[in-house]
Amino acid sequence: MKHNPYLPYEAEIIERVEECPGVFTLHLRFTDPEVQANYQFQPGQFNMVYLYGVGEVAISIVSDPQEEFLVGHTIRGVGRVTNGLAKLKTGDRLGIRGPYGRGWPLREAHGRDIVLMTGGLGCAPAVSVIHYVMRRREQFGHMVIMQGVKHEDDLIWREQYSQWSQMPDTQVLLAADVAGPAWPFIVGRVITLLDQAEFNHENSTVMMCGPEIMMRFTVENLLQRGIPENDIWLSMERNMQCAVGHCGHCQYGEKFICKDGPVFPYDELKEFFGTKGF
Amino acid sequence: MSQDIAYLPRLRFQELLDTLKDAGYRCVGPHVKDGTILFDTVDKVDSLPQGMTEEQGPGFYRIKSSSNERYFSWANGPQALKPFLFAAEEKLWSAGRDAENHIHFTPVAPEAEHIAIIGVRGCDLAALRLQDQHFMEGEYVDPYYAARRQGIFLVAVNCSHPADTCFCVSTGDGPNASEGYDLVLSELDDGFIVEYGSERGRFMHERLNMQGASAEQKEKADEELNSARNSQHRHLPPGNLRDVLFENLAHPRWGDVAERCLSCSNCTSVCPTCFCHSEAERPGLDGSNSEHIRQWDSCFTPGHSYIHGMTIRADTHLRYRQWLTHKLGSWHDQYGRSGCVGCGRCIAWCPAGIDIVEEVTAICSGKGMGNEA
Repeated sequence: MKHNPYLPYEAEIIERVEECPGVFTLHLRFTDPEVQANYQFQPGQFNMVYLYGVGEVAISIVSDPQEEFLVGHTIRGVGRVTNGLAKLKTGDRLGIRGPYGRGWPLREAHGRDIVLMTGGLGCAPAVSVIHYVMRRREQFGHMVIMQGVKHEDDLIWREQYSQWSQMPDTQVLLAADVAGPAWPFIVGRVITLLDQAEFNHENSTVMMCGPEIMMRFTVENLLQRGIPENDIWLSMERNMQCAVGHCGHCQYGEKFICKDGPVFPYDELKEFFGTKGF
Repeated sequence: MSQDIAYLPRLRFQELLDTLKDAGYRCVGPHVKDGTILFDTVDKVDSLPQGMTEEQGPGFYRIKSSSNERYFSWANGPQALKPFLFAAEEKLWSAGRDAENHIHFTPVAPEAEHIAIIGVRGCDLAALRLQDQHFMEGEYVDPYYAARRQGIFLVAVNCSHPADTCFCVSTGDGPNASEGYDLVLSELDDGFIVEYGSERGRFMHERLNMQGASAEQKEKADEELNSARNSQHRHLPPGNLRDVLFENLAHPRWGDVAERCLSCSNCTSVCPTCFCHSEAERPGLDGSNSEHIRQWDSCFTPGHSYIHGMTIRADTHLRYRQWLTHKLGSWHDQYGRSGCVGCGRCIAWCPAGIDIVEEVTAICSGKGMGNEA
């Protein structure tokens, strides 16, 4: 019999990192070595993470796809499952099934500039792209990493951003809507960073993840700059319970975000993008 | 050897059930229950709704005596085949936690009971085809649905008594059963014309050892189907409504229907094609185990579109719009046809008597009210 697509595998928390208040990263390892050995994912895909006795939640994968021994999830505690996950400690067990969905178009992006535009915890599904590109630097053009947060305290991975900014051919731009005088970056919306971003408008792949309102304005801005619709990719989020296109919650027009996405080129989304109720 | 188009006198009808039982099937058929007609185990034809018919209308369903002795002179009850394949609630797996706090997952082995369902209509078969596509023909196969599907033997009945709420002619799914059955019956005053639609249907057909149906009997059955066809006065607007529906997302009718809709989910429960379900956790009281279940869900609930702190469809008008634009619109993109099979159940079982045909006709007559920002 084929594997039951609804059944999780047990995984152990190898390390827990408190990123900022309310946001934490779990580095996990499947307890069955065979499952761990066979586990492969593409940047932009997600797992269903199961908290014992509470339920499952869809979470994007932040780890490096080349990392053989650990699977990472950066999570904000906002609901029943994620608030429970926040209380787990190193050595605790949970369930994982996945990976699911279509990831970022990395093969298509070969030889092109990479533009990452993320807001809030939208940086999580994009970080595996950064790792991917860094490992294959010669295969890609210039990389622009833009991240915006509401408050300066919400910025996670500050150290990493600083390291990435030292890398060749890489531009890192950070913004916070609200920040004190010690904030060395831009104060304002993430979209304002676009004016400083250096990339070839005719040969770039833009990857975006964040609040939909942010993505809407950013798409508009990019289109005005002449970026083609199918060079703009968005990671979408909806209620997901089965992750395999059966439960119906994540439908977006005719799309099932879980299996047709969660990453889409803008031209596949534009019919309903920004329309209330979708 | 039996004729392909054979005749089974009513007095021999029990033999059909007995033949199926001998072949290892549990027979399931219509029963009068709770003031309606529901499917349940049937051993004797006596328990079928002989001499019964029903009256249906928007928000209205009553069973009553018919003026004949037929078993199938009614259209449909609230159930379709859906609950037999896609269970209203079922356990998918369980998790146990041992003394070291390790978690052990145990899948529920999908049950594969052999069931013969008697009295399936054309609309039910069309809906089954759609659920097959959804649960079994995509990238991921639902093992629970697939196991049950394998064990189902379908005895269809050509529908001679559509209800007032039926509109299967306009969806192309009835009143006759055209494909997907094992056996199909056309009921006449004193018996049934019996045909087969599959190899295993042919096997049963042969075992019944019937005479061929006469030309008059076939003609009578055709006449009845024609009259059933002509009796339907509800019709969906023709063609693929996808574009016209999505061009009318701001039509005032959505607000109008939302004033009447209770967002109660009756329509999605009785709809034979609605597939939405939620997954839920049922932890044991002592903490040593937890069951992971799924149950039917509905796009009419606030939880359906909930996502970390917000509900995408907080208002009834957005939920009704989601249901209708999916059923009659985006379903075409997903499964190559509309998700409506014209059974009319959503009309009869709506406590507010909302008529999908009336609503969609009003919306599709709009000349593109544009996308709401």
